[in-house]
Order: sequence, then structure tokens, then C-alpha cells
Amino acid sequence: MGLASQHKKLEKNINLLAIGSFIAVAIGGIVEIAPLFWIDNTIEEVEGMRPYTPLEQAGRNIYVREGCYACHSQMIRPFRDEVERYGHYSLAAESMYDHPFQWGSKRTGPDLARVGGRYSDEWHVQHLKDPQSVVPESIMPQYSFLGDTPLEMDNASDMLIALRRVGVPYSDRDVGQAMADMILQANPDSGGDVEDFQQRYPKVQVRDFDGDPGTVTEMDALVAYLQMLGTLVDVDSAAAQEALAEEKGR
Amino acid sequence: MQAEAALGRVGLWFGVLIISLILAATARDTGFAAHATIIAIVAFVLMWMSAARFDPMKKAQGFFRMPEGLSRYDDDPVRWGVLATMFWAIVGLLAGVFIASQLAFPQLNFQPYFNFGRVRPLHTSAVIFAFGGNILIASSFYVVQRTCRAQLAFPSLARFVFWGYQLFIVLAASGYLFGVTQSREYAEPEWYVDLWLTIVWVAYLIVFVGTLARRTEPHIYVANWFYLSFIITIAMLHIINNLAVPVALNGSLSFSAFAGVQDALTQWWYGHNAVAFFLTVPFLAMMYYFVPKQAERPVYSYRLSIIHFWSLIFLYIWAGPHHLHYTALPDWAQTLGMVFSVILWMPSWGGMINGLMTLNGAWDKVRADPIIRMMVMALAFYGMATFEGPMLSIKAVNSLSHYTDWTIGHVHSGALGWNGLISFAAVYFLVPRLWGRERMYSLRMINWHFWLATLGIVFYAASMWVAGITQGLMWREYGLDGYLVNSFAETVAALHELYIIRAVGGVMYLSGALIMGYNVWMTIAGKLREEAPMGAMPDYDPDKDRPIVRPATPEPAE
Repeated sequence: MGLASQHKKLEKNINLLAIGSFIAVAIGGIVEIAPLFWIDNTIEEVEGMRPYTPLEQAGRNIYVREGCYACHSQMIRPFRDEVERYGHYSLAAESMYDHPFQWGSKRTGPDLARVGGRYSDEWHVQHLKDPQSVVPESIMPQYSFLGDTPLEMDNASDMLIALRRVGVPYSDRDVGQAMADMILQANPDSGGDVEDFQQRYPKVQVRDFDGDPGTVTEMDALVAYLQMLGTLVDVDSAAAQEALAEEKGR
Repeated sequence: MQAEAALGRVGLWFGVLIISLILAATARDTGFAAHATIIAIVAFVLMWMSAARFDPMKKAQGFFRMPEGLSRYDDDPVRWGVLATMFWAIVGLLAGVFIASQLAFPQLNFQPYFNFGRVRPLHTSAVIFAFGGNILIASSFYVVQRTCRAQLAFPSLARFVFWGYQLFIVLAASGYLFGVTQSREYAEPEWYVDLWLTIVWVAYLIVFVGTLARRTEPHIYVANWFYLSFIITIAMLHIINNLAVPVALNGSLSFSAFAGVQDALTQWWYGHNAVAFFLTVPFLAMMYYFVPKQAERPVYSYRLSIIHFWSLIFLYIWAGPHHLHYTALPDWAQTLGMVFSVILWMPSWGGMINGLMTLNGAWDKVRADPIIRMMVMALAFYGMATFEGPMLSIKAVNSLSHYTDWTIGHVHSGALGWNGLISFAAVYFLVPRLWGRERMYSLRMINWHFWLATLGIVFYAASMWVAGITQGLMWREYGLDGYLVNSFAETVAALHELYIIRAVGGVMYLSGALIMGYNVWMTIAGKLREEAPMGAMPDYDPDKDRPIVRPATPEPAE
């Protein structure tokens, strides 16, 4: 048969073999991934999405640092039980500023895509410090050290600059104000311009999150992040419904 | 001249030492500072060694000993690789048993460094990249020399590949405990560790291709196609998936270049093909060398190997989206991923069939030779996992199995059954040959290892199947009143016993590996255990091999 004898050419030439196998593995990735960057319906525009505030992003960095994705997903699938348990199914646009994405692949704990506003700040703080004291069946580790660790704030502007480099639309004012915004969001009495802050970050929740107004801790940041998850887009509003109806391929 | 070279080397390492000390002092986070300190220590040791090497009395340079002449295979990097494989296997399995116990008993979390979220990537990276990666590098260096009948090209670069890879592992593993992670599954190391791995990997490609170019055999043996494809594709996946912008050059934090949907698909294109091109393709290369050698039979079908090689590497790349079923990824991409995953079943089994049928005419060895038995069990688990995978990628099945422990069970039947057992078999094959011993210290211990590992996997996979299906069904259970029956906490509580059974399975698998460690240690020490040979015929006594002659006159009944 011809196949075997044809193949002998490849077997005797490293370059042909290497190039051939590279072409074979390149095709699938190109066909599947490349279109996502220029097909319009990959992400339908939805009203309400905005970049994370510096404090929320810092909380997200802690979420990433602690490897929360190993047990918690942030992607609600369009099934009756998931929608009833967690809320409206997740839209592509809702993770458009997520560097990296944290959809997760395992639910040892519940989905967190819309956990924002479901529990009080006090509940979150208590739950993070000692999960079993709130949910006896829980197997989650304790994170009380977050409440004792002051948040690293010196790199707030650099963080936003790096995010801007990968495409998150922060304004120069956002970058310049980053550290002040962080302090302001966790302590509205600190003397900053709350209205200006809320104008730049619509729907932002400004308050002391961890019950300790004196210092901005990692607990403040993480709870601020958890409390905003899934709260930006009003999925039940008419505009969002229209956008959903138009969203192709779902 | 020699003095100048030594001085230059000392100067180089001194420079690295100074730079890493500066970085450690000015680092923005403790993780980065710890990593800079590790590099400073390595630079100091290398500086000291470079200076010490100048001393003619210095004898302890076995680590970097170069081959003597071209008439011998260069096996030092392989020996070190086998030892590193054993070490990281035990570390990785121990971490696995630890986190499995944490899920059963959450009191075992010790914040912040030993919380589940930080140790879990340590476990996955230790078993995949440290244990798996070391046996792949070691076995590829061994196999490529034998099948090309040529010595390893660039001996010093080969040593750099080994030691550079160990540094990558240490940086990655310690980083997770310090919270230095990208939290992208199986691509957790941060930007500077990724850059280091890229350098090591290019060196690996150069050594491997250089050795192929030196070959005295006209044909490139099939195992080397698989190794070559593994090295090239992992480079492509690693570089594209880890594109990121660091916040500062003296801090570990970075942000991935892509966001949301695009990031998810890029990551799972990488993640699934880490399974394909790290845990399947190069392990098939090992199968294509070690199974025929141990069985002393030729590979079953040359033509099948061609067909399944090309179809396997072509199809695998497409399967990534099956990790994102029913997510916000466009539907067409999900369906494409599912279709290709199902098709993938065929080339996967092509490899299994080619391996198993190689034993044609030598099946009796499964009874007599515990190493062959291990290889056959590895191929059987490969076949089972590559059937289960396509099944789980069907959207209807996935709607139940996704997010549950079923996935964990599937991964482990592949990883423990296929990757683990074929690697152990390869180590048992390599150790006596590399250290010039007659055989392993004990064949009966290999048999113990085989049974402990196999039973451990059965406990593990069975408990996770039950856990996954329980979880999936409980989440979607509706009562007659039309409401969800179970709170999430109830579904967690339901899995407690199954998590204990899983941990027990893990302990059994780990204890098999510990027995192996002892066996390898004693073999290298040059000992042979006195034991009854395995699978030998029962003793033959010609005096007993005759009919019973009855007395001529039977005794009368009373």
C-alpha cells in the first residue's frame, strides 16, 4: 500500500516530521480559537458592565491567590435547577474584564457568579473566618488571616496600568486615583469624593466591609469583590432580555 | 585557560547571585522574594561548585560528569531523571493523599500556607509536571539514544535541561504555597517561572532534535515521532496560553492577556492538550519502546501506528471546548469540541490495540512477569479512560457530570492507571539496566506494588463515580411540590464517606509507590532479595508421576 511507503519519507526527515506534526496540531486551535476574537456574537454587549474598582480587583487577586477556583465555579449553566439555585445563567459579557477568567471546573462548594448581595457582609466575614460556624456541613478551609492582613495598596496604580495594557478601559483619572479609591471604598468617611467615585464606577458599594473601619484589610477587599459578583448587569431588565434574545448560538 | 573559564563561570554566577539578592530585597510580595532567594541559593551553590571544580582534588562532580568518548550512551541525565521521578512521585502522591484527607476532614487545613486551594495545584503540578515530566525527559533521553544508535547531542545542554527543569518545579511548587499563582488550571506558575520553563523547553527541543540528527539508523523510530510531537506542541500551548502582562518586574502578580470567553477557550485548549500532549502522546512513546522490549516482541502493526499517530495529534487539539459545555462559550465551539472528542475515541484505542496486541504470542508473560502485568494494566486503564472521556464529552452526559467528582474520578483512572503504571513499569525496566544490576532487588515487591496500585485505583475511581453521580442527581432533584429538594450543604454532607474511601484508595496507591522506592533503593545499592521465583512451574518429582497400582486381590469386606 502507498501509505506506508509515502510515510517513509517523513520518517527519514526530521524537518518534514516536525513541520507535519506542527501543522496537524495547529489547525484545530486556529479554527476554534481565532474566530472568537472577531466574530461579533462571541460577546453580546450588555448594559451595566464596568471594570472592577481597585478594591474589587484587589479582592479578585486574593480570590486568585488562594485558588478559590479549585472548588467554586463562576459560571451558571442554563438549566432550571441551576437558575433557581444560583440565579440567571451567566452571560459572556459578564466576564469580559476577567483577567484571568475564573469560571472554574468543579463545585466542591456552590457557584459564586451571582453571590453578590445574597448574604450580609457580617455573614461573609464570619463565614470566611470560620465556615463551619455558619454552615456546619461545610468542608471549606478557614481564612481568618485575611482579617488580620492589611491590604497591600502601594501597587494599585501599577495594577490598573497592567490591566489597561491587556484591554480593560480604565481612564487616566482611575489610574491616578487608584489607591485613594481603594481607601475610599472601604472607608467612606476617609474624606474622599464619593460621588465622583460612584460616577466612575456605577453601582459600586461603598462601605466598611469587614467591621474594622480603621484599616483596609484583605478581608475588606475579598468581601467587596464577593458582594459585587453578578450585580452589575440587570438581567431581568428589558434591554438585557433583548440582548439575550439576539445572542446567537446559545 | 582553564583558570579563566572557571573564573568567568564564577563571575557569571556571582552576577546572578547579586541580581537575585537585589530582587529579593526590593520584591513587592513575599512569594517573589522567596523565589528570588531560591535562585540566589542556587546561584551561590553553582558559584561555589564552579570554584571548587577548579580544585583538582575535587572529586564530587558526578552531577555534571560528561560522557567519556562517543562509544557509550550518555546515561547520567537518565539516571538522575529516574531518581527525580521516584522522588517527585512520592511528593506528589503524598500531597494528593493530604488534600483528599482535607476534603474528608476540613480540620486538616492549616491557613494560610496549607489550605486546600494552595496545596491542590501543588499536588496536580507535582504529579503531572514533576513526576510525569521527569520520567518523560529521562525516558526520552534513554529511548532516543537507543533507537537512533547515537549518543545524546549537546551533553552539557542535556544536563541543563534536567537541572533547569528541577528549578522550574521548585519555583512552581513553592510559589503555590506562597500564593504565587495564575489560578488557571495546570498553568498556575506565574510569568517569570513560565519564561524560565520556555528556555528549558527550547533547550530540550535542541537536545532531542540534535540527537535525532545524529542518528545512524535511517528511520526515525515511532516512539520518537510521539516524543517530538510532544515537545513541539507543549511549547506552542505553553507560550500562547501563558501570555500575560506583569504588574511590575520585581513582583509576581500578572494579568493574562485574554479575558473571559477568549481566556476560557485558550485555557482549555491548553488544559485539555496538556492531557493530550503531556499525559498521552509521550506516554504512548514510552509504550512503543518499553512494551516491545519487555515482551521481546515486535510492535503489532506499523501501519496502525502511522494512522493512529497522525489522527491522534490532529484530533486531540479540537477537543478542548468539551470542558466548557453549556457555558457562555458560543454553541458552535462546544458542539465542535464534542464531535471531535467522540471521534477521538478511535485513534486512542488504536494506540491501546497496538500496545496490547504486541503481546501476541507472549501472553504467558502476563502471568510470569509483574512488569508486563503492569504494562498491560496501564493499557487497559488507558483504554477505559479514553472511552470514558468521549462519553463525558457528550453534552447530555456532561450536563450531569460537569462540576462533580465524576470528572475527578475520570482523571485519576487515567492518571493513576495509565500514566502512573506505565511510568512505574518503565522505571522497573530502566533501573537494573542503568545501574548495571542483574534484576530488580525484588520481583515480588513489584507484584505487591501492582496489586496495591490497582486496588487503590479501584477504590478511588469507584468512590468518585458514586460521589459524582450522587452530587449531580442531588443538585437537580425536584420534589413533588416543584421545589429543589437539597440545599447545597446537604449535597456536601452526602459525600463524606465517599471522600474517606477515596483517601483510602490514595493511601494504597501511595504505599505501592513507597514499596517501589525501597525496591529501587536496594537495587541501586546492589542487593538482590532471596525469594521464590515468580511464575515458575511447580517442582517436578518423577517418582510421583506414575499410576497407583492396586493390590491384585482386593481385601474382602467384613
